[in-house]
Amino acid sequence: MSIQAPEAGWFRPPSGGERTWMGLALVWCLVMSAMMPFWHFKGQQNSTGESYTVEPVKFIERVERFVASNKVGEDKGIPIVEPAPGGDAYLLGRMWSWYPILKLKQGQTYRLHISSSDLQHGFSLQPVNMNFQVLPGYDHVLTLTPTMKGDYQVICNEFCGIGHHLMTGRIIVE
Amino acid sequence: MSTVITSPDVIPEAPPRGNHTSGKVRTCATTGLSVCLDAQRFIKLNAVFAVVFLALGGIAALMLGLTRWPAVHLLPADWYYRLLTFHGLNMLIFWILFMEVAILYFAATSLLNSRLASAKVAWVSFGMMAVGAVMVDAVVLMGLGDVMMTSYVPLMAHPLFYLGIILVAVGTLIAVGNFFATIYIAKRDRTYVGSVPLVVFGATAAAIIAVVTLLHGAVVMIPTFTWSLGWTGPPDPAWYRIVWWGLGHQSQQVNVCAMVSVWYLLGHVTTGAKPLNEAVCRSAFVLYILFINLASAHHLLVDPGVSAGWKIWNTSYAMYLAVLASMIHGFTVPASIEVAMRGKGHIRGLFGWLAKAPWKNPGFSAMFLSLVIFGFLGGITGVTLGTQQINILAHNTLRIPGHFHTTVVGGTSLAFMGLAYYVIPLIFRKDFYWKGMARWQPYLFAIGITVMALGMSFAGSYGVPRRHWDVEFSGAAQAAGFGSGAHLMLGIMGVGSVLAFVGLISFVLLAVAAVFFGKPIEGKMPSWGEAPVVAAAKPAVPAGAHDDHKAPGTMALVIILLVSFVVYYFANWKALSDVWHVR
Repeated sequence: MSIQAPEAGWFRPPSGGERTWMGLALVWCLVMSAMMPFWHFKGQQNSTGESYTVEPVKFIERVERFVASNKVGEDKGIPIVEPAPGGDAYLLGRMWSWYPILKLKQGQTYRLHISSSDLQHGFSLQPVNMNFQVLPGYDHVLTLTPTMKGDYQVICNEFCGIGHHLMTGRIIVE
Repeated sequence: MSTVITSPDVIPEAPPRGNHTSGKVRTCATTGLSVCLDAQRFIKLNAVFAVVFLALGGIAALMLGLTRWPAVHLLPADWYYRLLTFHGLNMLIFWILFMEVAILYFAATSLLNSRLASAKVAWVSFGMMAVGAVMVDAVVLMGLGDVMMTSYVPLMAHPLFYLGIILVAVGTLIAVGNFFATIYIAKRDRTYVGSVPLVVFGATAAAIIAVVTLLHGAVVMIPTFTWSLGWTGPPDPAWYRIVWWGLGHQSQQVNVCAMVSVWYLLGHVTTGAKPLNEAVCRSAFVLYILFINLASAHHLLVDPGVSAGWKIWNTSYAMYLAVLASMIHGFTVPASIEVAMRGKGHIRGLFGWLAKAPWKNPGFSAMFLSLVIFGFLGGITGVTLGTQQINILAHNTLRIPGHFHTTVVGGTSLAFMGLAYYVIPLIFRKDFYWKGMARWQPYLFAIGITVMALGMSFAGSYGVPRRHWDVEFSGAAQAAGFGSGAHLMLGIMGVGSVLAFVGLISFVLLAVAAVFFGKPIEGKMPSWGEAPVVAAAKPAVPAGAHDDHKAPGTMALVIILLVSFVVYYFANWKALSDVWHVR
């Protein structure tokens, strides 16, 4: 009984329905375990966690250099920047905006470096709905290939102070 | 005068006896269990404080639900974030920890016929926990700790915020130590024979995980505290996340262990169920102890700083053995109830046993609804969202709170409410008022939390973030927002949160009225109604013949669970395959 000591000799192997269910559940757990490495090699969407430590000041310098050499326009004073296809792109999360606006080409692959100059932020690309964590001091590299054209929003989904819900950005895919 | 000389080898056959100090024990008229009066005092104190924190967290929850319901949008931004921090801490930490300490004291004393190891230590523990919790609540309400429950660095709160959490953690650790000391003296004084009961075994598993959890808490909170005082540099944010989730995630596994123990307890009390195979149930608890800590990694699945190999290893090869454990309990608990009900003569069809179960008994309904919500909603969503790549679709969206409100609220909190319907008459020895209300309270709460969590989950599928005041982004530099589908789901979430709040506050009213104003119970507790025995019932299968016990209804239920699981899991892989390519 659950609240009394079990009868002597309680240590028995599982039998009957219990045994069948344990077998089924174990097989399912193994299938789920196999899915992740399988997708890592065969799937197109993986979070590899590729990242490098970086001083926030140094990261801001890199972002500014990237903006200066690749700027193609402006929207409400925020630069629109178009990286070379296959090249590096930079995105800075800060209280409370994503900087700059990126202009990418459909089907091209970019190395997108994301970091923060202050608190933790959440890179959330909408309405595609892809989400990655952004930490100050870490250059998080996403090797990203936009598969659809359009005008996309980047919002922040990690709480970063009282203006958190104002933190937006933009990625244009042509 | 002659004395009987007992040879040493006779001693092991002597009947077990309590080790109570005279005058510090009573015998429960209902269950026949001995109740240590010291333990009883601390069970009461911890349970009362737990319910106070539940009520505070619940009021905050209503405000939050009404803020995220876009048509209402009640609170201003600063109070939304403040009460969100407050809600998380009061519900997930204070209500649960105080309740768990009460459960540990009960399991180690009454179920083992032992006295509490030390009342003084229990006072120290309780004092630290109470002071710490009140300190944290005060700091947060004063606006000095708007950092969310997770307090991710370099976001900084007032030093007293961290000190309060450290006090609660250390106080709980001391209570867990008192629990282990009580188990030790019970064993030493041979107050029971054979192995400990299953519920004690489960509580011990919870306590072991709690030690590991609370040590993580100390490791992460102490340098954060000294940093907030300006004594040390800031902790590394990636390091903080890894260690903090050793606290934040594992504490939820303490809840799972405690909840499963409560399922076994309430299943037994309300239907007479007993485990079909003790070895299976106990092994599943051991799997929790061994593997659950690795599941903390599933908060870091889209983080920088940790590799894909690390993420996959920690989520799959080890975590799924803990998933297996939950799937085992998900079978053994209803199967034991089915066998008990069939033994009472409810043998019609596949589900006759379930239809005749004591659904009007709030202890049973809370337990069974908790089991269903935890399994079908919490379990399936948790494992799926915790899959390394699928997490890209879910991280920090409302799908995450949609998931954990069906584990820790629809699961653990509801099970603890069910337990309270027995703790109050048996330990406080007070009778409930408004028993009709008590009978529907678990249903109302379960429906509310389910509707709310489904609204959250679907809104999150549209990408709606968690912990976010304004999904319209009014005033943001660049326009953003969500479509009508997401707004509809947020409305459903709002309605669900109101229903759940009514269910919660009904529980608080019932508990407070009974504890402070209830009629004292002399003798046996009034029955909530246990499962009746059919007159023509076949005699129960003799002990030792458990292998013949069949639970076809439960098998049907778990097959439905597995099919739902497989469909949901692969539907998410399909959704993932549609998004941009990333590696």
